[in-house]
Amino acid sequence: MDSSDQSTFEVSNLCVIRNGNEILKSISFHAVPGELIGLLGPSGSGKSTLMRSLLGVQAITGGSARIMESVAGSLSLRGRLGYMAQTSAVYLDLTVEENIRYFAGVLAEPLSEVARVMDVVALTSFSHRLVSSLSGGERTRVSLGVALLGSPPALILDEPTVGLDPILRRDLWRTFEGLARAGATVIVSSHVMDEAARCARLLLLRDGTLLFDGTPASLLAASEAPGYDEAFERLIEGDQ
Amino acid sequence: MSLRRTLLTTRRILEQLRHDPRTLALLLLVPTALVGLLAWSLTNQPGAFDSVGPKLLGVFPLIVMFLVTSVITLRERTVGTLERLFTLPLTKADFVAGYAIAFGALALVQSLLVSVLSYTWYGLAHQGVPWRVSIVALCAGLLGTAFGLALSAVAHTEFQAVQFMPAFILPQLLLCGLVIPVSQLPSVLRAIADVLPMTAAVHAISPLQTNPYYLGQFAIMLAYILVALVVGAATLRRVTK
Repeated sequence: MDSSDQSTFEVSNLCVIRNGNEILKSISFHAVPGELIGLLGPSGSGKSTLMRSLLGVQAITGGSARIMESVAGSLSLRGRLGYMAQTSAVYLDLTVEENIRYFAGVLAEPLSEVARVMDVVALTSFSHRLVSSLSGGERTRVSLGVALLGSPPALILDEPTVGLDPILRRDLWRTFEGLARAGATVIVSSHVMDEAARCARLLLLRDGTLLFDGTPASLLAASEAPGYDEAFERLIEGDQ
Repeated sequence: MSLRRTLLTTRRILEQLRHDPRTLALLLLVPTALVGLLAWSLTNQPGAFDSVGPKLLGVFPLIVMFLVTSVITLRERTVGTLERLFTLPLTKADFVAGYAIAFGALALVQSLLVSVLSYTWYGLAHQGVPWRVSIVALCAGLLGTAFGLALSAVAHTEFQAVQFMPAFILPQLLLCGLVIPVSQLPSVLRAIADVLPMTAAVHAISPLQTNPYYLGQFAIMLAYILVALVVGAATLRRVTK
């Protein structure tokens, strides 16, 4: 069996043009089960567009994206990809439990899954609180809880740690690491280069171009930079 | 389409409203209070409320439900919940039908409340059949819901959604026979007014008409509801271009 047979994500020469602007330029990569991938790059580099393309909610102009052997956006993939958008994308005027219960119902998951997910994201004690009364970090955890429903084999998490305090960020990264260890393919985007160290593999994106695909250690070695910010800067300079 | 997912969506929308008592009160009490205000203001003009009051029962649910649905649906689009739902096994039909049932139920409660108070406390002496008034009010609420779903696709902000009221609702209000009888309109406007959904709602409440006439007005309303729901579903884009 070659690597493509095992791939969770198989992206080949993916291009997206929106309103005449080239947002993604021939992106290619593949990812296998158990990988924790950091999709890093500055704001506007195309991270969210790439993630939305994988989910099938962004039209692809060229190339292809296959997820678990199906074309991105296929009916068979709905519910098998855990998704967390940059915005919390949950109902502010529902309680934590009502939110998770609704999405669990759409996925035909049992009520026991609602309890399990609230436990994983440490929101059981908040279950009857309205989401509008929660802090930003707590809302992020509700959104993550929805993404975790049904233990999907692949997770696409768009900047889940942005704006959170260091302790919460650390806890979330531990959750992502645990999910990857359990066999899920987890793609986490961030514009904070410091988060690179948390990932097993990095995809560095700038202006819609994939600048780097490798481990954090190989990024530092290749760029001979003391830190991830400097490594990214040197990659850009090298690209220019 | 899945009945289970549709009803889950209906339940979710009603739960949202339960947590928002202010909106719920506005939905149910404002039309009631407005009809009451009209009845009070026409106290010294015998028979005037009996003529205008029933027509308002067909107009208010349409306006209120249009506003609420367009804003709430637009919020689904802008906060990302709709996109998230579309990554799950929920169809557009589940989503639209969930909204139609939830707001249809609200329209029913609203119409019953206004009708009961009109016929009792406000002293409405209408020559029509009270249950027909309630059904018209329910259809008007569904019309508002369906149009709100369809037009929310055109608006990018809640402010724009609210602006659709003067653009879409007020012309109908002027032509539906509430201000000037439709028969006294210029011929071109009369031809337009005769096929407008709000006119159909007002006509369906008019007393002393034949059953085929009422059925014709209900048919116009139902056709608009179905077309607007289909357009509403069609404007929900699963994929961004």
